[in-house]
Amino acid sequence: MANCYTDHPELRFELNHPLMKRIVELKERNFRDKELFDYAPLDHEDAMDSYDRVLDIVGEITGTTIADNAEGVDLEGPHHEGDRVRYASGTAQNLDAMVKAGLNGMTMPRRYNGLNFPITPYTMCAEIVAAKDAGFGNIWSLQDCIETLYEFGNEDQHSRFIPRICAGETMSMDLTEPDAGSDLQSVMLKATYDEENDCWRLNGVKRFITNGDADLHLVLARSEEGTTDGRGLSMFIYDKRDGGVNVRRIEHKLGIHGSPTCELVYKNAKAELCGSRKLGLIKYVMALMNGARLGIAAQSVGLSQAAYDEGLAYARDREQFGKAIINFPAVYDMLALMKAKLDAGRALLYQCARYVDIYKALDDISRERKLEADERQEQKKYAKLADSLTPLAKGMNSEYANQNTFDALQIHGGSGFMMDYPIQRYVRDARITNIYEGTTQLQVVAAIRYVTNGSYLAQMREFETAQVSEAMQPLQARAKAMADKFAEAVEHVKAAENQEMHDICARHLVEMAADVIMLHLLMYNATVQPEMFERSARVYANFVEAEIAKHYAWVMHFDAAQLADYRQA
Amino acid sequence: MSLKIVVLAKQVPDTRNVGKDAMTPEGTVNRAALPAIFNPEDLNALEQALRLKDQHPGSTVTILTMGPPRATDVIREGLYRGADGGVLLTDRAFAGADTLATSYALSQAIKKIGMPDIVIGGRQAIDGDTAQVGPQVAQKLDLNQVTYVTSIEKVVDGKIRLLRTIDGGIERVEAPLPILLTVNGNAAPCRPRNAKLVMKYKRALAPMERPADGALPYAEEYEKKPYLTVTQWSVADVDGDLNQCGLAGSPTKVKAVQNIVFKAKESKRLTASDADVEDLVKELLESHTIG
Repeated sequence: MANCYTDHPELRFELNHPLMKRIVELKERNFRDKELFDYAPLDHEDAMDSYDRVLDIVGEITGTTIADNAEGVDLEGPHHEGDRVRYASGTAQNLDAMVKAGLNGMTMPRRYNGLNFPITPYTMCAEIVAAKDAGFGNIWSLQDCIETLYEFGNEDQHSRFIPRICAGETMSMDLTEPDAGSDLQSVMLKATYDEENDCWRLNGVKRFITNGDADLHLVLARSEEGTTDGRGLSMFIYDKRDGGVNVRRIEHKLGIHGSPTCELVYKNAKAELCGSRKLGLIKYVMALMNGARLGIAAQSVGLSQAAYDEGLAYARDREQFGKAIINFPAVYDMLALMKAKLDAGRALLYQCARYVDIYKALDDISRERKLEADERQEQKKYAKLADSLTPLAKGMNSEYANQNTFDALQIHGGSGFMMDYPIQRYVRDARITNIYEGTTQLQVVAAIRYVTNGSYLAQMREFETAQVSEAMQPLQARAKAMADKFAEAVEHVKAAENQEMHDICARHLVEMAADVIMLHLLMYNATVQPEMFERSARVYANFVEAEIAKHYAWVMHFDAAQLADYRQA
Repeated sequence: MSLKIVVLAKQVPDTRNVGKDAMTPEGTVNRAALPAIFNPEDLNALEQALRLKDQHPGSTVTILTMGPPRATDVIREGLYRGADGGVLLTDRAFAGADTLATSYALSQAIKKIGMPDIVIGGRQAIDGDTAQVGPQVAQKLDLNQVTYVTSIEKVVDGKIRLLRTIDGGIERVEAPLPILLTVNGNAAPCRPRNAKLVMKYKRALAPMERPADGALPYAEEYEKKPYLTVTQWSVADVDGDLNQCGLAGSPTKVKAVQNIVFKAKESKRLTASDADVEDLVKELLESHTIG
């Protein structure tokens, strides 16, 4: 029986990272829950064992129910019935299995019936699920919206809503509107205070809302009349039990058919404020999006894994010219690169997840007591690291998912173009990953400040001092030369003092930074577990060295005068 | 009404994925090459029991299994899915039991558990494929029995209504409790393990599974949490008659085991034409290979 967790030992490797010691310590606070809950861990090893066992459950459900349903879900898709959504039958079965397995509200405290899991093992679950059905992955992973409600909602809201999510009710985040996509400052959905009933009322339209018929919605709406920018927006909680939001249509999409993408009409829908007025976009949606971006990074890594598995299986099976095509350099080159991108991207994803875990756990502690000075420093450090790595993890992994599914289809030759193999579905599913939750271009916008403020370079320089295995030492030296090129390219762009040139070079600079950081993370992995990662580390070093040379050449030959050749308007 | 349910479950070698190492040269099952699993139709039975428990709050589901200490895996798997407890029947004297001795041992254990409203198990185990143990237990306990159950519709007023698979269709049956049911593989698949239950019961052990040197990890937990110790009964515990247990109580004797290798005696080449396909279907129907 397939188990999508144990079949890929790289996941367990990432779970056992030494930083987990600190994460569990912060998350379990002296294991104080052990007297209150029969499923709470007694110590660090016990907690780690529990994560491993729960991942095993997710791996089994994914390898059986979700995998078996995937093709049917892709063909059937969700149904629009009246003003509601009915999931594809396979989607409903998948959700039922995950709910029965108690895999909802995974990161929530036990007092609300959650599992109190750190973000890292939760993100692993999201990766595993997405590898077999990326669309279902969305429905299930939207549970992480509850993090935002937990962080910014009040206690009354916690006790009313969090247990429902832990029991398996689903969520959506209603942000996008017809005229507010990447530019969320333009959101127009109107929130007005209903004095008579002492509640807020929502009126307007939202578009492209994933799982739009969810039980609980977080809604970005304009609460401050007369405003036009982000400062007039607040975050609201809409409970489907109250009614007032209808699904006007379900979009027909290229991929992720299991995930219903809805147009919603709000007609005087009753809602309550989450957090403070006016902080909707500038604080809460940013938090929400950071969580969602990590989720899409995980989905992307899952798709890369699926692509690699499919490409590998086909290349082993398919014979041409009297031998399996995996023996041809042109084919194994593609597979080796896919694996290297997969391993590097996954290393970045979980490094980022661990950083998020530390700062969020400290945040949570700070709601109970004042943090000590060193804890405050730790919180700040990891929050900054997490913020800097999140756009890289999302941006690079979603691009890699597209490249890997593209290459895996190529390995299938003409058969890959037919609808008969799963790879065509993975190609279609991957295509959205570098678009939603902020396009790659917007991830670059989020990341560029860490290029210019020296944060990425500082991370590289710190990695360069790490003790790596003998086998990795030559790579470490090459990575250092890559960092030098990155630094030089950054200086070249800065010296031009031209914003437009800065913007057009940004993608190159951000990719250079991501490449070097991922190479370092892969070298670390190869040092700890050579047989699992050494080959990937070397293949990846060759790849990124060439990439960096390319970006370097592009940036260094560029000057502001050339902008005219590029402008199209 | 709350129900007392006993699920009969067996740990079996996974005969669904038999490789070339499945048999020893002596012709016995090579247990090392075949992973031990929860007998698939017993999982279907467990799901039916858990659904009854969902519908009838206060009901209890107890897993009963006979086997070596490692068969406790079956009980843990049941606890992970929502069973309330389990009993491991283990004793050297139970070893080598055929269906008659097995049903004797199980019925003795059920008497000790206390008469349930429903005893439920899979139709048959994938190692022996006899489908005899369920009916024999019913006979020994003087219980009504319904075999080939596909689903349980409801339990009301001391009666159970269910669907069973029969030749060419489905039969709806109503029967009084207490009753023994055997469940088909076409019944609903069992629910997955539940995360919280796995974390709660992961250390559950039968006494015989404890390390011999006494170095039991988290030993103090077993004092605090009685549910971590799985009930384990010997022949004496269930008041068993040694002459009816194990090899002694088993009239079935395996005389010899033969390896059979299928060889194509004759092969036939067919075209994809409708006529050829129709001829083939007719031939297979006549030889009762299909239909």
